This record gives sequence, structure tokens and C-alpha cells, in this order.
Amino acid sequence: MADGNPLKTADAVDDLGRIAFDAPDNRTAHAREMDERKFTINFGPQHPAAHGVLRLVLELDGEVVERVDPHIGLLHRGTEKLMEARTYLQNVPYLDRLDYVSPMNQEHAFCLAIERLLGIEVPYRAQLIRVLYCEIGRILSHMLNVTTQALDVGALTPPLWGFEEREKLMVFYERACGARLHSNYFRPGGVHQDLPSDLIDDIGRWCAEFPRALKDIESLVTENRIFKQRNVDIGVVSKEEALAWGFSGVMLRGSDIAWDLRKSQPYECYAELDFDVVVGKNGDCWDRYLVRVEEMKQSVRIMEQCIHKLRNCPGEPVMVEDNKIVPPRRGEMKRSMEALIHHFKLYTEGFKTPPGEVYAAVEAPKGEFGVYLVSDGTNKPYRVKISAPGFRHLQAMDWMNRGHMLADVSAILGSLDIVFGEVDR
Amino acid sequence: MSGLAVLEAQAAALTPLGQEMVAELQVDAAVAYGELTLTCHRDRIVEVLTDLRDRFGFQQLLDVCGADYPDRAERFDVVYHLLSLTRNLRVRVKVTTDEVAPVPSVISVYPSAGWFEREAFDMYGILFSDHPDLRRLLTDYGFSGHPLRKDFPMTGYVEVRYDEEQKRVVYEPVKLTQEFRQFDFLSPWEGAEYPTPPLPGDEKAIGSAGTPSGGKA
Repeated sequence: MADGNPLKTADAVDDLGRIAFDAPDNRTAHAREMDERKFTINFGPQHPAAHGVLRLVLELDGEVVERVDPHIGLLHRGTEKLMEARTYLQNVPYLDRLDYVSPMNQEHAFCLAIERLLGIEVPYRAQLIRVLYCEIGRILSHMLNVTTQALDVGALTPPLWGFEEREKLMVFYERACGARLHSNYFRPGGVHQDLPSDLIDDIGRWCAEFPRALKDIESLVTENRIFKQRNVDIGVVSKEEALAWGFSGVMLRGSDIAWDLRKSQPYECYAELDFDVVVGKNGDCWDRYLVRVEEMKQSVRIMEQCIHKLRNCPGEPVMVEDNKIVPPRRGEMKRSMEALIHHFKLYTEGFKTPPGEVYAAVEAPKGEFGVYLVSDGTNKPYRVKISAPGFRHLQAMDWMNRGHMLADVSAILGSLDIVFGEVDR
Repeated sequence: MSGLAVLEAQAAALTPLGQEMVAELQVDAAVAYGELTLTCHRDRIVEVLTDLRDRFGFQQLLDVCGADYPDRAERFDVVYHLLSLTRNLRVRVKVTTDEVAPVPSVISVYPSAGWFEREAFDMYGILFSDHPDLRRLLTDYGFSGHPLRKDFPMTGYVEVRYDEEQKRVVYEPVKLTQEFRQFDFLSPWEGAEYPTPPLPGDEKAIGSAGTPSGGKA
């Protein structure tokens, strides 16, 4: 660092702070270290732009980042260990607590894994409800991310506007399952309860209103000069890097790789729904923001189709009818002894799955969310590995930030779309 | 096409691919639940994954995890999940190891393996040779033990709390106000497994074995 800097070539400083040129280098070791401009600083774990409890140890040269060492695990709750001691049905709520901004998408992957082990097919109406709520989850997650990404680079208004829309969606969550966040709504074999028809109407009405609200938020952010200065050409990910580092979801699509599990390995009824895969061009933070905004519009399209189809099949079952897997209806239990026994057995012992191992993945808002489930034939999973997209993306913090300025760290972190529930598990 | 039919079609498509891999890579292959699983010896994992990436087009490593089977001679499985975007297929590769035998790290093939291997080391104590940074990842600073091993108790060994007198967080042995209960639902005759010493009042049942009242001794 010494080149061209008079402070470095002639460093003797007298008591008044005046520099004596041509003097021998008699600085203390400490002073020499200070002049090197190398810093190691802690970012978090209580930093508002850390999106939770992330501790980054940043090694800086002046303001330029030289190395990032993310310390994670501050929110580690041992989910995988806990799941090994509980029955399948008791495990579903743990999945809500992973990516807590889009809980049902996580439940979905777990239910798909169990259903594949059991070899059961979910009724059509349940598939529609699942897809509808997965897309609501996608909007919930993207809405939080794009607006807080704006917050990370200095804009306060977008999150306030975005949270208003999120609040409406939370009400739809609540009206379907009774809880705003930890829904426990998707169950192995379907969804817990059918949607009332007025809820479907209200979601339809929201779908009609939402594009305008989104346009308002976009008008604040998308072409905003400061937002673009902070995000364009920041954190560029090439196609090769995105593949090698196991990126998925928006992180892949932002780098111009048209890969979406909903299209390429369609689960539920995604194959018959009409929507586009959105891709970015340059793989920078701004492209990832644009992809998320466009995906919200596609999600609304999917939701509208689901609502149309749901109106065509009122009253159809939303759970498989096999009482060895799903509990009988309440009314049935009042009359049938067998139904009562089934209910008792399911809520104490639970159902058993055949031995084997499956990996089920869904296109969660943040990327591919996978559940690797090993069953030993009992009523509890032998091993559950939750493969979270945020975990894979966060490990890229180091090379993505190298050579960037300190202020870009929060922009890059925001565009990775990290939620600590799923990173730490 | 229904979900189950998709699974069957996948299984049918995977079987010849599995046979091809068996012939080319000298691995064992099995197809179950519409998924292809390869097994090989841990010393060959780098070679097998390199071939899968370069010759079979599996561009992404999406997950590496451990699994514990304490009854086996080599108790740990290390499971790799690969994804091919061009073939639109997934494959799982499994190797076995024990507490001391290291598995070669696959960071040179897929850089995304870095944190996954750290996590497997943290959770199971599986060692990875040539890993540049094999530190703990998810557990607390200074944690000891490997929590996802089957012989690690669910409730752990230490707990933390804020001590008002010392004005700092202190670590203490776990004190449970209620014993952790694990119910055995698999046998219709056994109830909860209670630890020794037995619950107050059960001493009599233990003293007179074979009494019809016989709770679990």
C-alpha cells in the first residue's frame, strides 16, 4: 500500500503530528499495522441488514472487501434431530419454522416426500389448493425480499407498502388454516380443510387488485436512481459459477438459466397451468430484483387459474380417503367406532411408511427446497435432511463479495434472499 | 399425467441409465421410488463425481449429508445429491465411513460441497480429507459432541442461561423438570420407556417379577 503515499515513505511523526520526511521508519509495530488499512470487522449478528442472525467476519482493505467468513448457526434449533423423535404428522409444523416468510412451500416438500414413500396421489382439488397457497407463499417471500432489498440500500417506504400487501395475504393464510404464519395446513395426503367459497372469491378479488399495488411499489424502486446505482453490476454471477455453487431458483434464473422445477419436473398440477419462466440477463443484483418482481406477476397468473379451476370443483375431497393415513371426518367419528379407533391411532401412533429413502424437491420462492427422507418402516422418520436454498446461496457470500466495497455487502446479501430459519435449521 | 405415473416413467428411464453408470463407473446402482442411487467406495468418490459431472452432465451438487446407522461396522453414510439440468434427472451417490476413516472432500469437483461437508463434520463427526476449512458450522462456539449421531441425547448435555449475578451467559448441565419421554408405539404391549430409577410406587412391581399388574420393569 506504500506506493505514492507520502505517509508511507516518510513516516516519522513528531508530537504535534507533523510528518518528518527522510526520517528512518521508527514507527511502532502497532502504528505500522494501522497504516496498512487492513481491518477485520464484525457485521452482525445484530445488524438490521443481516436479515436475521448472521455474523459476517469481514476482512477489509480500506473499504474493499477481501474475505467474508459467514458464521451461521445462531438460530440453529436442531430441527432435523427433533424430527427423528416425532411422528410424521407431528413433524409438519417444524417445516413452517424454516423459511418463515413462506411456510407452506416448505410443508409441501415434506408432504411430497411422504406421499412418494406411501405411493399415494393427492386429490385434484387439494392439488389446486396447494398450488394456490404455494404461489401466495411465493408472493409473500418475494414481496418481503424486494422491498427489504430496497431498505438495505436506503429506501424506507417500499417495505411499508409491501407489508400492507403481505398483511392481506397473511389474512388468507389465517382464513384457510387459522394461523398467520405457522400454518400446518398441508398434510400428507392433501390439505387439512377445504377452502370456503367466499375465501376463494376474496383471493380472486385480491388478484385483480394486486397488480396495481405492485406497480406502485415498482414505481418507487425499479428505475430509482439510487437503487440502480447500488444494485446494477453488483454481485454478478456467471452461468458457470451459478451451476458450480449449486444455486437454484432466482439465483439461477437471474443468471439467464431458464430452470424452474415447476416447469422441468412438474409436481402437483403445475403441468397444466400456464405461466412463464422469468430469466435475467446479467446475473447482478438488479436482475435478480427484476426476476422476483416478474415472478410475482406470474404467480398472480397461476393463482387466477387455480381460482377458476377451484370454482369448477366445489365440494370435491381435499384429502385422500384412506383412513390409515388421514384422520376420518369429525362427523363420522361421532357415529362410527372404527373411525374413532382410526382417529386415536393416527394421533397417537401415527401412520407408518415403508422403508426406503426419497428426495422430494419443490421450487420454493428462494430456490430448490429439498427434503431427503430416510424411513426405516416405523412411524417416525429415521433421518430427515432439509436441503435449504438459502444455505447454498449464503456460502457464496465469500467469492461474491471479494473486491466489492463494504456498502455492497448488504446489497449482495439482500439479493441472495436469505432467511435464517432455513439456513440454520 | 398423474404424479404416480410420472414416478413410474422416471423409474423406467433411470434403469438403463443406472446400468450404463454401473458399466462405466464401476459402481452399484439401484432404482427405488423413481430415484437412482449409486453406491461406491469412499476412496473413489472424487473420481465418480468428476465422471458424473463431465461425462453424464450432472452439473450441480445440491446436497451432501450424513446419516448414522450405529449397528453397522461402518456406521455413517455420506449421501450426495446431484442434479442434471440438461438431462433433467437427479442421482444420489452414497458412500460409507466410520468415525476415523476420512472421506475425500469433493470441493475440487463441486465447490458447493464446502459447507455441506462442514455441516456433516459438525453433526456427525465425519472427517473429510483435503477440506481446506473443516470447522464446525451450525453448533455453538466451543461445542463438543456431534448432535445428530443416534447416541447423542435429544436434550443434549449443556444448556445456557443469563446469570443475573455474573451478568453474563453461563453454561450449565441440562436440568429437565420433566424426564424426556419417548413412547414406543411399535409394540402394542410396551408403554413409555421410563428411566431407572423407576417412578415412585413402581418398586413393588419390580420386586415381584411376573405379577399380573406388571408395569414395565
